[in-house]
Amino acid sequence: MSVTTLPSRGATLRQPGWLARLFDYKPFLIVMCLAPAIGLLLVFLTYPLGLGIWLAFTDTTIGQRGIYIGLENFQYLLKDPLWWNAVFYSIFYTAVATFGKFALGFWLALLLNNHFPLKSLIRAIVLLPWIVPTVLSALAFWWIYDPQFSIISYLLVDVLHLRDSNVDFLGSPWPARFSLIAANIWRGIPFVAISLLAGLQTISPSLYEAAMLDGATSWQRFRYITFPMMMPILAIVMTFSIIFTFTDFQLVYAITRGGPVNSTHLLATLAFQRGIAGGELGEGAAIAVSMIPFLVFATLFSYFGLARRKWQQGEAND
Amino acid sequence: MTDLAAQSNVTSATPDTMAWDSRARRVVMIYLPLACFILILLFPFYWMAITSFKPNAELLNYKEHNPFWITSPTLAHVKHLLFDTSYPRWLKTTMLVAIGSTFLSLFASTLAAYAIERLRFRGSPYVGLGIYLAYLVPPSILFIPLATVIVQFGLFDSPLALILVYPTFLVPFCTWLLIGYFKSIPYELEECALVDGATRLQILWRITLPLAVPGLISAGIFSFTLSWNEFIYALAFIQSGANKTVPVAILTELVTGDVYQWGALMAGSLLGSLPVALFYSLFVDYYVSSLTGAVKE
Repeated sequence: MSVTTLPSRGATLRQPGWLARLFDYKPFLIVMCLAPAIGLLLVFLTYPLGLGIWLAFTDTTIGQRGIYIGLENFQYLLKDPLWWNAVFYSIFYTAVATFGKFALGFWLALLLNNHFPLKSLIRAIVLLPWIVPTVLSALAFWWIYDPQFSIISYLLVDVLHLRDSNVDFLGSPWPARFSLIAANIWRGIPFVAISLLAGLQTISPSLYEAAMLDGATSWQRFRYITFPMMMPILAIVMTFSIIFTFTDFQLVYAITRGGPVNSTHLLATLAFQRGIAGGELGEGAAIAVSMIPFLVFATLFSYFGLARRKWQQGEAND
Repeated sequence: MTDLAAQSNVTSATPDTMAWDSRARRVVMIYLPLACFILILLFPFYWMAITSFKPNAELLNYKEHNPFWITSPTLAHVKHLLFDTSYPRWLKTTMLVAIGSTFLSLFASTLAAYAIERLRFRGSPYVGLGIYLAYLVPPSILFIPLATVIVQFGLFDSPLALILVYPTFLVPFCTWLLIGYFKSIPYELEECALVDGATRLQILWRITLPLAVPGLISAGIFSFTLSWNEFIYALAFIQSGANKTVPVAILTELVTGDVYQWGALMAGSLLGSLPVALFYSLFVDYYVSSLTGAVKE
């Protein structure tokens, strides 16, 4: 804390100009340093967030300033089967995709935690799906899911002879829903795996040695050492993953645009369709705002749910 | 097998190599699943690449041509993309937006991280937390009100709108990353400089920043990749075909009619992915360390 008195002494010794003195005056410097970041965030994040909540209570359309209409937008949404459909699919999509991403990602992290040749190259390759623009890889999936020329259909029908007809990936609701979830899992695995790998590398090997001396099987070592030690990092990664899966937009917009017959709309794509494409800004904003309670609930659930279990098990282990 | 096990015993911390597992078991438990993972994770890229160079006759005829290979590769799709569409222009816009927003957010977040971590003041942890919380607000909630804000500012349909908006998700991440980096630089260095009469800005410019270069590179490549990949804002704020970014333009300008030009679409996706993939391969170590470092923070 004695540090804070030092700059004034340094400044008086050299007698610099008033500008230099101003920039060395700590409160001024703090304000100047924080101004760009805080300014950008206030103007383009906090203000729009508030504006979005306000818009949800108005009947604004593109080109026309709306008036306050209370809860009318939300009452309309509650009676709208498409909104309920989007809520259902958003939750389903998030739940299944998160489960898949974490099960497979954790497995991949455990595999990558072994020693084998070309390890760093393989780790670099694994992250590739996450680097490439989602829309562009989504286009590749669209092509893979093509009704006529799907390579998966070709494998199943012409090479393996498991089926007689091509798979109709995107033509009917349930196959389309699962096809999108598969693409989302494919894109999410690398992030989960690399983050969890970082967590795995922090676990002390002596814990495993002790467990092996006690005769623990590899499943027991995973269940009672790896899993509890990974809980804090799992909680963080899962919170992020749930938030960004629930609000996903690109994948669905690129592959199905909500079709067939609106069965794959997520809340974000529905909000875009009504708000920007349809011009009903108020209603679109209401759909976007309706995501917030789900997000808060999911965040609290994943974060505190996992963090509490970590605390209990941590105490039992110590 | 014994030397392999002995060698990994010394270096490795993992349970499986410490067990007396046979080579066969290792193949089944590790190499086989790993190969499946890599195959599945890379297949869409292989498929993208091979489609880009296939002539249409082979592309739509699986009976006579093996779809996994090309017999007569062609550059027709790439040529069509580069000379018959505005693809070069989209690439240029995307590059401009990505570089612009990366520099803007690096500038803003370096100063913010320095203020929070080094010019400690009352409430600085709360400012840090506030900036971090901004990262948890997803763009899907913001794009509708932001569109009206952009129109109010007269920035609709301009790449400048994207340069100004992208920092909302870049600054929180970069600030967070750089706070971590600044923490690792010994404070004594700054104290010495203060005693020698350097001003705070001189310290930031001459001492802290040169030492934080790895952190700046990590934050920079992360920002570049994220802005290159951004989709929803670019879709909502840009109207005219010429100003679109690559991901939006491919989806809205190249997907036309009922017969999709799969060759051109995949060539566009491949070319649009190449810059980030190249960038990534150059800085892969920074990338992995920043990703994992940010998670561990």
